[in-house]
Amino acid sequence: MTTVANSTGGAGALPTPSVSPRKSVSGTRLWVAVLFLLPALVLLGALVVYPIGYSIWRSLYDADGSGFVGLKNYGDIFSNSATLTAVRNTAIWVAVAPALVTALGLIFAVLTERVRWGTAFKLIVFMPMAISMLAAGIIFRLVYEQDPNLGAANAVAKSIHDTFVSSSVYPGARPNATASDLKPSGGGSFTSTGTVHAGTPALLPLVGIAPNKLPGSPENAKAASGSGVTGTVWLDFKLGGGGTKGKVDPGEKALKGVKVEAVKDGKVVASAKSGADGTFALPAKADGAQLRLPSSNFSAPYSGIDWLGPTLVTPAIIGSYVWMWAGFAMVLIAAGLAGVDRNLLEAARVDGANEWQVFRRVTVPLLAPVLIVVLITLMINVMKIFDLVYIIAPQPSQDDANVLALQLFLSSFGGGGNEGIGSAIGVLLLLLVLPVMLVNIRRLRKERER
Amino acid sequence: MNGAVMRSTSSKNRTLRAAKPAAALLAAALALALTGCGGSDNKSDNGGSGASESGSSLKLPKLDGQTLEVAAVWTGPEQENFLKVLDEFKKRTGAKVNFVPTGNNTSTFLGTKIQGGKPPDVAFLPQVGVLHQFADKGWLKPLGADAQAQLEKNFSKGWVDLGAWKGKQYGVYAKAANKSLVWYNTAAFDAAGITATPKTWKDFLTTAQTLSDAGSPAVSIGGADGWTLTDWFENVYLSQAGPEKYDQLATHKIKWTDPSVKEALTTLAQLWGKNDLIAGGTKGALNTEFPKSVTQTFSGGTPAAMVFEGDFVAANINADTKAKMGTDAKVFPFPAVGSDSPVVSGGDVAVALKDGKGAQALLTFLASTDAAEIWAAQGGILSPNKEMDQSKYKDAITRQIAKALIGAGDKFRFDMSDQAPAAFGGTAGIGEWKDLQDFLRNPKDVAGTQQKLEADAAKAYAAG
Repeated sequence: MTTVANSTGGAGALPTPSVSPRKSVSGTRLWVAVLFLLPALVLLGALVVYPIGYSIWRSLYDADGSGFVGLKNYGDIFSNSATLTAVRNTAIWVAVAPALVTALGLIFAVLTERVRWGTAFKLIVFMPMAISMLAAGIIFRLVYEQDPNLGAANAVAKSIHDTFVSSSVYPGARPNATASDLKPSGGGSFTSTGTVHAGTPALLPLVGIAPNKLPGSPENAKAASGSGVTGTVWLDFKLGGGGTKGKVDPGEKALKGVKVEAVKDGKVVASAKSGADGTFALPAKADGAQLRLPSSNFSAPYSGIDWLGPTLVTPAIIGSYVWMWAGFAMVLIAAGLAGVDRNLLEAARVDGANEWQVFRRVTVPLLAPVLIVVLITLMINVMKIFDLVYIIAPQPSQDDANVLALQLFLSSFGGGGNEGIGSAIGVLLLLLVLPVMLVNIRRLRKERER
Repeated sequence: MNGAVMRSTSSKNRTLRAAKPAAALLAAALALALTGCGGSDNKSDNGGSGASESGSSLKLPKLDGQTLEVAAVWTGPEQENFLKVLDEFKKRTGAKVNFVPTGNNTSTFLGTKIQGGKPPDVAFLPQVGVLHQFADKGWLKPLGADAQAQLEKNFSKGWVDLGAWKGKQYGVYAKAANKSLVWYNTAAFDAAGITATPKTWKDFLTTAQTLSDAGSPAVSIGGADGWTLTDWFENVYLSQAGPEKYDQLATHKIKWTDPSVKEALTTLAQLWGKNDLIAGGTKGALNTEFPKSVTQTFSGGTPAAMVFEGDFVAANINADTKAKMGTDAKVFPFPAVGSDSPVVSGGDVAVALKDGKGAQALLTFLASTDAAEIWAAQGGILSPNKEMDQSKYKDAITRQIAKALIGAGDKFRFDMSDQAPAAFGGTAGIGEWKDLQDFLRNPKDVAGTQQKLEADAAKAYAAG
């Protein structure tokens, strides 16, 4: 890990001023210059060069650090599926997160320039930067909590969902598997295997809800009677158990408002809703039909989105990263924006450009150097992303959220305890950061030449 | 609070801690705070008279003026309870004893202490694997004759052997855990009209079905923590395949592709594959950490009916819910899948890291019934000491759990994943933990799970 942290720190420090062998312009001697540079060189050597060198050396040895294994650790990295997932996820991070953060920062910066309370808005957007990664991780772990009563994200998802889809009256109810001939018939509905006949009331016992958790104040169930096509839907379980399964026993509660469909050859011929005492009556044409309880009676309440499940975990964590860093991008870009010559914008407007064109053709090109700085800084930052992933991803999907820095930590210090492989991943990470750093250095040089 | 509660959960949990930086930080802060208190406690207590208590067969040397250091992972109430035992030791020997909390990672803490040349006199190790590793490095001192005598008098052979390695006796299992318990919510059982607790796996499934029919989520599973799932598997496997196979699998002498593993996984799938029987369904279970699996069984609007785990669940019930032990919350042994109910255990083993009379005297004392009785009277601990007076346990529930542990004789088995290399049995997100979580996600895939387990095991055992 030290390698990673230092390699980024080294970016700014690399272009050291060249030391002239003779007296320089200001008249200093070589040894004086060396003397003054010495503390910096020692620090750089001890904190940057030595750790990098040691990591490379260590990556060629086995778990104990005693046996030389050559490049085997590197081979292991690329044959291990966990590391490959980490590489893939790191690539997603580098491709998505910096671009998203910069784009958002740009939008915020341009917009806050024009609103009245711009400074206040900026302050708020920048605030997450004051929070440590660890704290932000814990916050988002809670935001993405599965239970809509706890997790803010799912609370929103649920309230949106429930405005469009109404929930059922008896979620989780199901026929008593042993005492009823209602069998699951796909899509959450249940259909009877036998048929219903006039004069013999059908019994549709349901279970799976606690009798004291029924909505409203349910009446006791009554066995249906009469010569028509009738039946009863009731909760075949009373508090404390007892009674005969599949029979309407005294004290068992009626289920009001359950939709019952009569089905002949796959077609619904009639339907009815159970009354307050649980009984229902179907017209005579339902004679000889199968009875079906459609899924709308039982559909479970919407449980929200599985944010931290295997598929969504990486986007979810990237979301939390964007929340943290958008403020950073905004502040840098706003500073760049302050330096933009207003006359140019004004000139474009006078020439008849609309606001979008001004933004697209004038503001953005003028801001390009700042945008690149932000983008590159974020890219380097994202490559070593660790804390957010480590904290937010729950154990079962940690594998799916894995990134290189986390894999480095896990293989060095978690369970495996193989610092050889850990160092090899560190070196790999360094190699991946290098091109970005080179771009950065070249850009800095160009800027100085200007 | 969280740190302290998790601390008491299991030895495995101590390595798991790495997965929860927040809890880890908290625990670290707690440990720091407690080092402070612990120190001052000891200072105020050290006026031990050295008077030996009469009526006890235990003979301890006089150690006036000596200072001993004991290291263990405990903090909070667990530490205070243990300090009571040390107080008695001080009284009898006149030695001064300092307690040092090791923090989360006991073996790393001790390793650095030993290499730095300042090991504590006595340490409690949470895993058998660590005992073997330390013994191989020559860091442990074998038990003296007195301690050996106490050990053999008071402990069954199974527990004695667990503290031995390559023919030498090193440790005393002074504290044990019983990981074969199902805790249940009595209100849910009453509402469903269940009067008898299930004795066999089949009864257990029927009971679960009845509970579910009555509208209680039947079984709460803490699937977000992999170690609870390994404990499920171990209990089913021990009961179904028997102790011999269990030992073979624990040492990887048979492969995870063995038919016995298939049978155990298939049995587990009878429960794990039924969304109706699991609180929140399998998806919910995978989002439930161990502490939540306990709280959702004993609190909330629709509490679950049963939760499986060790005796340490009691600490979570007491700390996080309003349920009262013995009335609202009760416990029954893990149902028998094969012929007997399994007893899977964990424990902390006391070892001497320094030569000298003091360390041996303390180990002798810890192996005695006197120490076990004092400790048991504080609550929150089980002792494998079979000679101790069981009535000394603080409450009936603990007594019942201890009875099950002692009653298993030598048929109990030590937690399998604690015996495995950490990369397989002790690390969040990889190895057995991860594979069983995947199995909970898809309980139909028995063969695929076996293959993954075998591949991971082969790798970890080869490296470790």
